Amino acid sequence: MASNQSFAQNIVESGQRAAARSNTSAGTETRAGTFRIWRGMGASGQLEDYSTSVSEGMVVLDAIHQIQAEGATDLAVRWNCKAGKCGSCSAEINGMPRLLCMTRLSELDLEKPVTVEPMRAFPPVKDLVTDVSSNFRAKKRIRKFTPRPPDAPDGTWRMAQSDADRVQEFRKCIECFLCQDVCHVLRDHQLHEQFVGPRLLVHAAQLEMHPLDILDRTDELKESHGIGYCNITKCCTKVCPEHITITDNAIIPLKERVVDNHYDPIAKLVRLMRGSKSTDTGQGEAR
Amino acid sequence: MASEVVQLTRRGFGQTTRRDAWWVQPLVVFIVLASFLVYATWAAFQNKFYAFGNYLSPFYSPLLFSDSPHAWIHGGRPSWIPAFLPFSPALLILPFPAGFRLTCYYYRGAYYKSFWADPPNCAVGEPRASYRGERFFPLVIQNVHRYFLYVALVFLVILSSDAYKAMWFFNRDTGRQNFGIGLGTIVLVVNVILLGGYTLGCHSLRHLVGGYLDQLSRAPVRKKTYDCVSCLNRGHMRWAWLSLVWVAFSDVFIRLCAMGIWHDVRLF
Repeated sequence: MASNQSFAQNIVESGQRAAARSNTSAGTETRAGTFRIWRGMGASGQLEDYSTSVSEGMVVLDAIHQIQAEGATDLAVRWNCKAGKCGSCSAEINGMPRLLCMTRLSELDLEKPVTVEPMRAFPPVKDLVTDVSSNFRAKKRIRKFTPRPPDAPDGTWRMAQSDADRVQEFRKCIECFLCQDVCHVLRDHQLHEQFVGPRLLVHAAQLEMHPLDILDRTDELKESHGIGYCNITKCCTKVCPEHITITDNAIIPLKERVVDNHYDPIAKLVRLMRGSKSTDTGQGEAR
Repeated sequence: MASEVVQLTRRGFGQTTRRDAWWVQPLVVFIVLASFLVYATWAAFQNKFYAFGNYLSPFYSPLLFSDSPHAWIHGGRPSWIPAFLPFSPALLILPFPAGFRLTCYYYRGAYYKSFWADPPNCAVGEPRASYRGERFFPLVIQNVHRYFLYVALVFLVILSSDAYKAMWFFNRDTGRQNFGIGLGTIVLVVNVILLGGYTLGCHSLRHLVGGYLDQLSRAPVRKKTYDCVSCLNRGHMRWAWLSLVWVAFSDVFIRLCAMGIWHDVRLF
């Protein structure tokens, strides 16, 4: 309880510091901004308008903290690093999934109220906080990294830098789940059980394309992970704060691997003639 | 403090809190694709004005059956085509490039949005509550894309040959073919370049030339090819639109020249 109070106090102080900065910055123009913020417990709630002073350099999260400090002390918002690296402060700003800490107020039209809502793809908990645990459950369904036996007697592996570079892009993911939020399969159709979503497909691609990994996950990708639900709208790529080319570099290559193993009779024939299970020439037993 | 009651339930068709003109992009895609579809269908059924001198419209290439000197097999309508079916040489070949574009990963995303509103745009409410994706019939057929790619690569060679032939003009005085460049030559060469950029940047091709390998570094030629295809793939959307518009323009150019409305300019 004491730690909760201390945490709440930290938030309030952070907002007060932001408010003080915005009021005292020399040469910085301060103006009023209206923020239409979702307030509510669970699925029911309402958008409420809050006015606060904003100044140059502020991001939406600063404004939210300021609003907390100025009176809405019970406004729930998840945040941590304020540097776009922890992926905690995901929300919807003017209808688009974005990180609160990386959205500058200078990018927004402050003549109209700025709408801040929780991510719609996930069950709302309170105010801007949602329950994203379905993503972690889905992640458990993806078979883990399974490397081939070590290349050297000291238990280490050898791989080319260019092969490692290919999957390195996927490791930039900060698990903000904005891609999951914008994906209409999850957002509008709530098919969380049938489709793992773009974030988890990036995770699967990272494992599937890894030069050391020997598992073939195409069967699960087609069946339980539901890759066929993706209809390539590229919205996930559009909202990714780490600029991962999710659709072109992760999802479509995985779809093509599924085609290799499930929809391409010629590839099947080639595999039969070669005596291998999959078209991949990796060294694993399943490839 | 003003209040507005909003439930976090599924939004209806077109509902969103987006402030931008989200409807512009799908509308433009709808207009351009629909216009192309209407024009290409009309042009395919015309069965005339598809060649002008050494120029052949890409809508009619390869010209399988025709009286034209461009034809592969001279003569009119083949006897094995039932009389009740309309005939045009374009109808025999256009299903292949059409299928290539229809199953293209880029176009799929674009027309699902603009023609089927699935979704109308990112973070915008959809008209239907049910969704089956590409898991089931009929959309599971989209997985045939690579087969259309194989045919598209053959078509690219044929269109390159047409562009080369467009550089050889018949000289009535000498009775021989002379090298030259006309406006139509440039139109057909640009057409091949744009179609090449589109076809050779295909996602399926990227996979087939090496994308399926986890250790590409062990296959240097494949690696180089994969890098080249990836380079074109990064601009796949631009290549897709430019090649679509230009292939239609190529047909318009040759059609209007053949009709005597436009005149080809011989540069040298």
